[in-house]
Amino acid sequence: MSKSFVELNDVKLRYSEGDDLALETTNMKIKKGEFVAVVGPSGCGKSSLLKLVSGLMPPSEGTVLVDNTEVNGPLKIVGMAFQNPTLLPWRTTLDNVLLPMEIVKPHRNRLRKHRAEYEERARKLLATVGLEGHEDKYPWELSGGMQQRASLCRSLIHEPDLLMLDEPFGALDAFTREELWDILQNLWMVRPFTVILVTHDLREAAYLADTIYVMSKRPGKIIVARENTLPRPRDQEVTFTQPFTDLVHELRSHIRDVRAA
Amino acid sequence: MNKKLNLRKATPWISAIGLFVIWELIVRIFNIPPYVLPTPSESIMVGWQFHDAIWMHAIHTLYTTLAGFAIAVVFGVVLGALVGSSRAIYDAANPLLVGFNSVPKVALVPVLVMWFGIGTVPAIITAFLISFFPIVVNVATGLATLEPELRDVLRSLGATRKDILIKVGFPRAMPYFFASLKVAITLAFVGSVISETVASNVGVGYLMLSASSKFNMPLVFAGLLVIAVMGIVMYEVFNIIERRSTKWANRANQST
Repeated sequence: MSKSFVELNDVKLRYSEGDDLALETTNMKIKKGEFVAVVGPSGCGKSSLLKLVSGLMPPSEGTVLVDNTEVNGPLKIVGMAFQNPTLLPWRTTLDNVLLPMEIVKPHRNRLRKHRAEYEERARKLLATVGLEGHEDKYPWELSGGMQQRASLCRSLIHEPDLLMLDEPFGALDAFTREELWDILQNLWMVRPFTVILVTHDLREAAYLADTIYVMSKRPGKIIVARENTLPRPRDQEVTFTQPFTDLVHELRSHIRDVRAA
Repeated sequence: MNKKLNLRKATPWISAIGLFVIWELIVRIFNIPPYVLPTPSESIMVGWQFHDAIWMHAIHTLYTTLAGFAIAVVFGVVLGALVGSSRAIYDAANPLLVGFNSVPKVALVPVLVMWFGIGTVPAIITAFLISFFPIVVNVATGLATLEPELRDVLRSLGATRKDILIKVGFPRAMPYFFASLKVAITLAFVGSVISETVASNVGVGYLMLSASSKFNMPLVFAGLLVIAVMGIVMYEVFNIIERRSTKWANRANQST
């Protein structure tokens, strides 16, 4: 019995037989409720890491364990959000957020009978990210930041134990992005779930994560695992303090090293 | 703003009437004999004179066209769904489909006559054969262009292939599907009229063929006009259905 919730043991990945390695021997241990950020140069296999953990892609070698069980097919309880909000344009915001409920068991069998209860739950979640009053709008009527909030709600509505975020705030302007950092941190502090956040924004990693993994360029490999002990809840003031800037500088120098290598 | 809207609504009528006026003037100014090119007024008058016969033939053509089109819709959606949701089926079916679509359908009519005799059946089948291709292509495209991220989101929730198809694939393919219906219905008219012209004793195609054999060019043109009008009406019907059912895809032109 290991105490980690997600475990990667000597995982290697190549996209197809005979290809060069996309991911070099990778080991990771993520505790339950831990907020992990993965940073690295583009094309280093950060996104592949998410696919490996969520079971969308099998490792070429090694094993991936989630909740002490080996992953060998898509996990059924994962929440995911990407840079592109991928909301369905024919559904209202509320119906978009409820989409996972139409798929995840046991909710999918209960949804029709208990519709009001689920809608209430979705409305509450939307309210916590500041989308109150926008439930019945269609995605194209929302701004980019609002769409991303809705996408975040969709990834959390079924209360997943594992949340995968692939540069979710990458396309947003700086103010909106930092606002969403706080929203995400709040959601996570209210009901801790395990998060793997892939990002190229070092400040974002330093602001949100408990542990920051730095990856080398392709073939990707974890070269540094840096604990981040800045006290929580972190707010915008933290970003101007010495420990925060030191941390960002440290991460930056790691990235500079791997890019130069 | 209201004036502008009225003008927009009037534009198609103005252009149609304009075309007829120019046509009429050219024929009269250059004194073109009616067995070469009749005037529109003459065609319409002859059409009115034979309106009972034209009506009967037109209804028959409409019926064969819609029957062939209906088969094409069912077949096209099923095949499009298969082709669009599986890479292997796409690879297997694509060359066959393209090859088949390149065959002129008029060349198939004699074959169909050998199998089914002359009349309605080959006309329905020709209408079907000529109109299913755009439906297959569009439904398949709508399904195949699903964002990979969205697929990942759904799969990581435990969605089956069927879930993904029903929740996202089909609704997403709807605008493609309706766009293809507009193309397919006009093609279906081409198919049924071709077949009626080659091998039938009923329908507007047959009417035109028999009229031209009697050098009754005004009646031939009356037949052409009837087909054009039926085509426009059916196109518009599907246009309206499209706009009603996939409002979300047409949001750019919603404001007027």
